[in-house]
This record gives sequence, structure tokens and C-alpha cells, in this order.
Amino acid sequence: MEHTDLLVNWSRAQFALTALYHWLFVPLTLGLSFIIAIMETIYVKTGDEKWKEITKFWMKLFGINFAIGLATGIIMEFEFGTNWSNYSWIVGDIFGAPLAIEGIMAFFLESTFFAVMFFGWNKVSKKAHLLSTWLVAIGSNLSALWILVANGWMQHPVGMHFNPDTARNEMENFWAVLLNPNAVSKFLHTVSSGYILSAIFVVGISAWYLLKKRDIDFAKKSMLVASSFGLVASIYTVVLGDESAHQVTLHQPMKLAAMEGLYDGEKRAGIIAVGMLNPEKEIGDKKDPFIFKIEIPDTLSILGYHRLNSFVPGIDDLIQGKKEYGIMPIAEKIKRGKVAIAALHDYKMYKKEKDMMNASKALEIFKKNQPYMGYGYLEKDTDAVPNVPITFYSFHTMVTLGFWFVLLMILVYYYTIKNKIEDKKCLLRLSIISIPLAYIAAELGWVVAEVGRQPWTIQDLLPVNVAVSNISSTNVMITFWLFAIVFTGLLIAEVGIMLKAIKIGPKGE
Amino acid sequence: MFSYLMLQQYWWIVVSLLAALFVFLTFVQGGQTLLYTLGKTEEERDVLVNAIGKRWELTFTTLVLFGGGLFAAFPLFYSVSFGGAYYVWMAILFCFIVQAVSYEYRKKPNNLFGERFYEILLYINGSVGIFLIGAAVATLFTGGNFVVNENHLSHWTVGSYGLEAILNPFNDAFGLMLVFLARTQAGLYFLNTVDVPAINERAKKVVKVNFVLFLIFFLYVTYEILTMDGFRYDPKTLIVSVEHMKFFHSLMDMPIVAILLLVGVLSFVYGVYSGAIKGNDKAFWISSLGVILVVFSLFIILGLDNSAYYPSLADPQSSLTIQNSSGSYYTLAAMSVVSLMVPFVILYIAIAWRSLDKTKMTIEEVESETHY
Repeated sequence: MEHTDLLVNWSRAQFALTALYHWLFVPLTLGLSFIIAIMETIYVKTGDEKWKEITKFWMKLFGINFAIGLATGIIMEFEFGTNWSNYSWIVGDIFGAPLAIEGIMAFFLESTFFAVMFFGWNKVSKKAHLLSTWLVAIGSNLSALWILVANGWMQHPVGMHFNPDTARNEMENFWAVLLNPNAVSKFLHTVSSGYILSAIFVVGISAWYLLKKRDIDFAKKSMLVASSFGLVASIYTVVLGDESAHQVTLHQPMKLAAMEGLYDGEKRAGIIAVGMLNPEKEIGDKKDPFIFKIEIPDTLSILGYHRLNSFVPGIDDLIQGKKEYGIMPIAEKIKRGKVAIAALHDYKMYKKEKDMMNASKALEIFKKNQPYMGYGYLEKDTDAVPNVPITFYSFHTMVTLGFWFVLLMILVYYYTIKNKIEDKKCLLRLSIISIPLAYIAAELGWVVAEVGRQPWTIQDLLPVNVAVSNISSTNVMITFWLFAIVFTGLLIAEVGIMLKAIKIGPKGE
Repeated sequence: MFSYLMLQQYWWIVVSLLAALFVFLTFVQGGQTLLYTLGKTEEERDVLVNAIGKRWELTFTTLVLFGGGLFAAFPLFYSVSFGGAYYVWMAILFCFIVQAVSYEYRKKPNNLFGERFYEILLYINGSVGIFLIGAAVATLFTGGNFVVNENHLSHWTVGSYGLEAILNPFNDAFGLMLVFLARTQAGLYFLNTVDVPAINERAKKVVKVNFVLFLIFFLYVTYEILTMDGFRYDPKTLIVSVEHMKFFHSLMDMPIVAILLLVGVLSFVYGVYSGAIKGNDKAFWISSLGVILVVFSLFIILGLDNSAYYPSLADPQSSLTIQNSSGSYYTLAAMSVVSLMVPFVILYIAIAWRSLDKTKMTIEEVESETHY
């Protein structure tokens, strides 16, 4: 078992490393592509060459970022096979489809028109070029749609059934997978957070030019587009973030409890505005989970269930069960899960022996306990609890930063349209500092989503220890370090190139 | 309306087409290995990089879609091969990560490692990357060391996790064949898209030399394929058995595929002759048609006609066939509807390709316009 733990940990580490690096580049692609498209539209509408210069400068930065996003993206797709090969079979029938559709619908759109956007300034008409720029933006965002449909399905699996003969989950309703409320809210929240990051990226760099008193007109025009885009996106992100939390409440109560550090559930539960977790707190010990906290009363019940009096279960309730709220103890789920696994084994055995009567009996037992099958692979009930401190702090830092970004966008937009932005040195400096903060918030969003749903690869169906490939942990350790070295080298190169390009500025084009 | 088997066959045909298109697009990789052979000055190398630079993402995307298509249509292959031949696929991935950034970073100021470093990365992608892909594809003929259990979960039986494939001379020859094919195609592509007389003259020589090298490996690989033992399964019992000259028999069973293969070979040879000897700048399209037909035909005999397309050396009954490794009927049907978009995708790619190729690439153009 120790060996499996080691393998699972290294495999998770490798996937996390790839995903975190990938997400350093993708949000900027998602938002900057639209910002560039808006800028180019202004150029085509007005014919003003200044807007062409602005568009080309941001397009150059877009290109530097785009390539490395592709590089890290391809690895993630193949890692589902290399490191999670059992997963690839057990849910590949559902999960593979969005990935393939992403390739057909989005990647070709993106890559074909990226070439036209990049090389086509003097080869195609102005309008055809503008169309290409918009298609790159649409392609990038469609790509996000499909991969988030896939991820949303992992968080809340719908539209499928388990086939005991093939021992896998099979799709039975494509539209349920696509229109999964979890997927829809995840997509909207994730892309809009990418838009904010991109807006802050443009605002922050423009602020640097203004502080340096160079390329003033360029910077102010860029800021106007980016701050108005960012303002709309930030309001959306907050609203849609609430919807994401609502989806988590409904389908991943353990994750919600970890996000809020809630051990003992309650009616009219509040949200922790600021809090420090008690490091000595353990599951079921009834100690106070917080050293200190500031709570906003009733809000968790309202936001989570949209009802004041709703009971929000805590970690202890979910582990030990709470009959009055229909919560079954995890230990009971584990027991039933083990019955399901044994019955599936018996079913296969009897079928092989052509003993159809016993096979059908085993199948009946299996079907009765199948909803808990995933739990049958857990050793003890506390295995069902994710890492609370990581989930809690990531979530709260992300939310706090999110509100700061809304405020920042309002202020930048206001002072830009009032033409006073140049004088607001402090705001300009804060805009620059906010660039790394936006990246931190984006990464933390994924930490909450992925760490918070442990131990599940597919919520309640498939824990990570079953999903992993049957290889030795040494192999994964070797490739982990190779990835770490290569990605870090490329990241340093990327940042260096980006900073140099910014320093040279739009006139250097 | 369609039987499960028909959908499985349809999806093998789609996968075969994607494989064929990918191999056609590896002229980009071939070109990456020729930067210093064809470009003697920095300006010439810049022309070469940009001529293939405007296409590299298509190759990359086709590879991604090939992976995605396999995942959706034949998830057991994805699970068995990627999770088992771990090191081979990881090595391929590394070769492709370094390609993605090299075009963009090569000429950029402050790029940390210098221009030459990124050119070496492009070379590695074009040579090692293509060789490994070739060797990995060759294992569809020669097999892998895996076992699949009753729940369709698999494990590799050899600790080298796929690297043992390069000990098989057929796999190596297959990989080298693809490398020289890519270089031959790159020479013809440069003739098609570049207008720098010195480069064009060198490209003709490169085509000739690489074609001869390709031919040596191609003849060996073809001979082996036609005479080797293959795994055939009984469609009723799904039991796998060894059959001498299986792939030759499949070509005889499916004469249309044999004709496509033959037409492909002739088209490729004529394309090479027309480009390298006659200097026809459209020869690239004739040879490319040949490449697509040959690769497509080879994949068809691998998967159809009751072949086990991924034989298991450890346990023949674990071998993968289109029937025991595919997605469910529902998923294949849903994905088939989605696949109707493919012609539309090919159409807009063709339009975009033409729009960027209205005039041939020159040194002046690369120096005066946006470029890599």
C-alpha cells in the first residue's frame, strides 16, 4: 500500500506541476485574445494607425505567451493516458469525447488563424485579418469550454451508467455531460477569471509606461480597453464564483466544508471572512477549528443553498453521518462499496463459468451497492477528507484577491475615463503589483478545485489510488523532475523575453 | 441504423486518416533538421524557419487530435499503450514541448539560451521526435509487452516501459524511414513555398539524397510487413491467433486498399522525381498525396480485416482489436456526428493556407514583415 501511496503522490505531483504551469499561460491567452480583437476592431473601424500599433504590440506579447501554453497543454492530454491509465479506461468513454471535440472544434481554429493573424498583416485584407483575430479568441475560449466540460464532469459526473461487463462508465446522454450545471458554471467562472488576469496584465504594463512617462497615449488607450473589459469580467467572475460555490454545495459538500473549515455543520451557517485555522484540530475531536475568525453570519446557508435556514454539513457530520439530514456515514458507504466490488468480481467469475443464475444474483447485489463502489476502495472514513488548510487558505486568498480586483478595475476605469489616471501614482503602482496577484489568484482557484475534491478523481466514483497507472513510482519521479527542469527553464526564458519586449515597447515594433 | 462494428470501423478509418495527415504534416519536422543544410546564411535560415513556422501548429494540433481521437474512440489503447510504454510516450512529449516554444523564442532578445539553442531543440524535435513516433507506431505491427485483466485494466510486463521497442530493428527502421520521409517532404515543401534560388537548388539535392535513404528503409519495412506474422481474431469468439503473412493477406482481402497503397507509392515517387529532377514547384502536393495514401493504407490493414492492431507479446489474448478496445456504441455514434465537422475544418485550413501562400517567401519579405 505504501508503494501505491508513493505512486499516487508522485503522479498527482506531476499532474499538478503540469496543470499549474499550464495555467500560468492559458488565462492570458483567453483574455488577451479578446482584448487584442477589440483593439484591432477599433483600428479597422477608425483606420487610426495608432490602434494598429497598439494591437501589434499586445499581439507580440500574446504570441510569446501562446506557444508555451500549447507546449504545456499537450502534456496534460497525454498524461491522462501515461499516468492515469486506469482512469482512461474506466471513464474514457465519457472523458475522451470532450477532448477529441476540443481538438476538432477549437485547436484547429486557434492554430490555423493564429498563423493568419501573425503572418497575414500584408497578405489578407484588413477585414479578413480582423476575422482571424476574432477566430483565435473564439477558438481559445471554445477550447476552454470543452476541457472544462470534462473537468466539470469529473467534479459532478452525470449522463452515464456503469457497465459491469466492460467494467467502466459509459456515456448515455451527451447533452447532460455538455450542459452539466457544474461544467457551465466552471467554464464561465474560469474564463472570466482569465479575462480579469488579462485586463490586469494590460493595465499593469500600461501603468508602468505611465509611471516611466513614456508611450503615454499608447498606455492610456490600452488601459481604456483593458479596464472596461476587466470591469465587466470582474463583476461576472464574482457573480459566477457564487454559482460555482452553489454547485460545490450541492454536489461536493466535503469540499465546501474544507473550503470553510467547517467541522460541525449548522443551520444559518456563516462564511469566514478572515480566519486562522487551529493546527491541532483533528477530525471528530470537537476542538475549535479556528484560532481566530471573523464570520459573516448566515451567508454560507444563503449562498450555498439559497435558503437562510439550510443546514450546511461539516466534515464531522459527513464522516459520522446525520440521519435527520439523510447523510450516510462514510464507514457505511465504504462497507457497501466493498460489497459492490466483491459482487462485481463474483459476477465476472460466474459469467466466465457460464453459471448464469449465480451471475444474475451477483449482478443484483452489485447494482444495489454500485452507487458506493468508489468508497469501497477507501481504507478508512477519514480518507474521504481533503487537505483542509490548503483548501481553506487557497479559497479565502482567492476570494479576497477577487474582491480587490473588482475594486482595482472600478478605480482604473473611473480615472481613465476622467483622464486623471496619470496622476494616480499609487493606483498605478498597485496595478503593477496586481499582475502577480492575478496569477496567484488564478492558480489558487485550481488548487481549491482539485485539492478540495481529494481523494476523488471522479467525485464519489473513482479515487486516485484506483485511477493511477500501474507503473513504478520511480518512473514518475524521474519524469516529474525532468518536467520541473524543462518547464522552469522555459518559464524563465519566457519571462525574460516578455520583460525585454515590454521594455523595448510599442515603438520598437 | 449503423451496427456497433460499423462505427468501430468508421472510427478506425478516421484515426487512420488523422495518422496519414499527421505524417504528411511532418514536413515541418523534416524542415527543422535542414536549417543548416539548406540555409547557409542567417537570412536564409530565417526564411526557412518562417516557411515552416507558419505551419508548425497544424502538425502539432493534428498530433493532439490524433491523441484525442484515440482516447475517445479506442480508450483501451490509450490506457494500455500510454500507461505502459511510458518512457517512449514521455520522450515523445518532451520532443514536442521544446518545439512549441522554439519558433517563438529563437530570435527574441533576451531569450536566455541563445538562438542556436532553440535551433538545436528544433533539430531534436525533427529527428528524435519523429524517430520515436515512428518506432512507437511500428509497435502496432510488432507488439508490446502488456497484459489486460478481466476488468480491462492493464500493466506492462517489462521494466523498461516501452524503451525495449528500440531493440527491435523493424521498429528502428520504421522510425528512420519516417525521419527521411519528413526530410524529403521538407525539401519539396521549400521548393513549393520559398523563392530563394540558392535554397531551392540545395533543396533539390536534399530531396534526392533523403529519398534514397528513405527508399532503403521503406523497402525493408515493406518487405517485413508483407512477410511477418500478424495476429488475426475470430470476430465471433474474439480469440486471437497468429497468422503468417497476415498483412499481405489483408491487402489481398481488401484489394482497394492494395490499390490505394500502390497509387500512393507511385504518386510519392513521381512527386519526388517531378520536384528534384524537373524542378516542379507543385511536386510537393503530388508527393504529399502519396504519403497520405500510403500511411492511410498501412493503418487500414493494421486495424481492419479482423487484425489485432496492437498485439500483446506477453499474452496474445490481451491483444487490442477495434472491437475489444473501443468506446461504447453511444459514444462512437455521438462522436461520429461531431466528425462531420472535419471536412469543414479541412476547408478553412485550406483557405488559410492559400491566403498565406499567395506569393512565395523571400528574404526581403521575412526582413520587412512580422516574422519568427
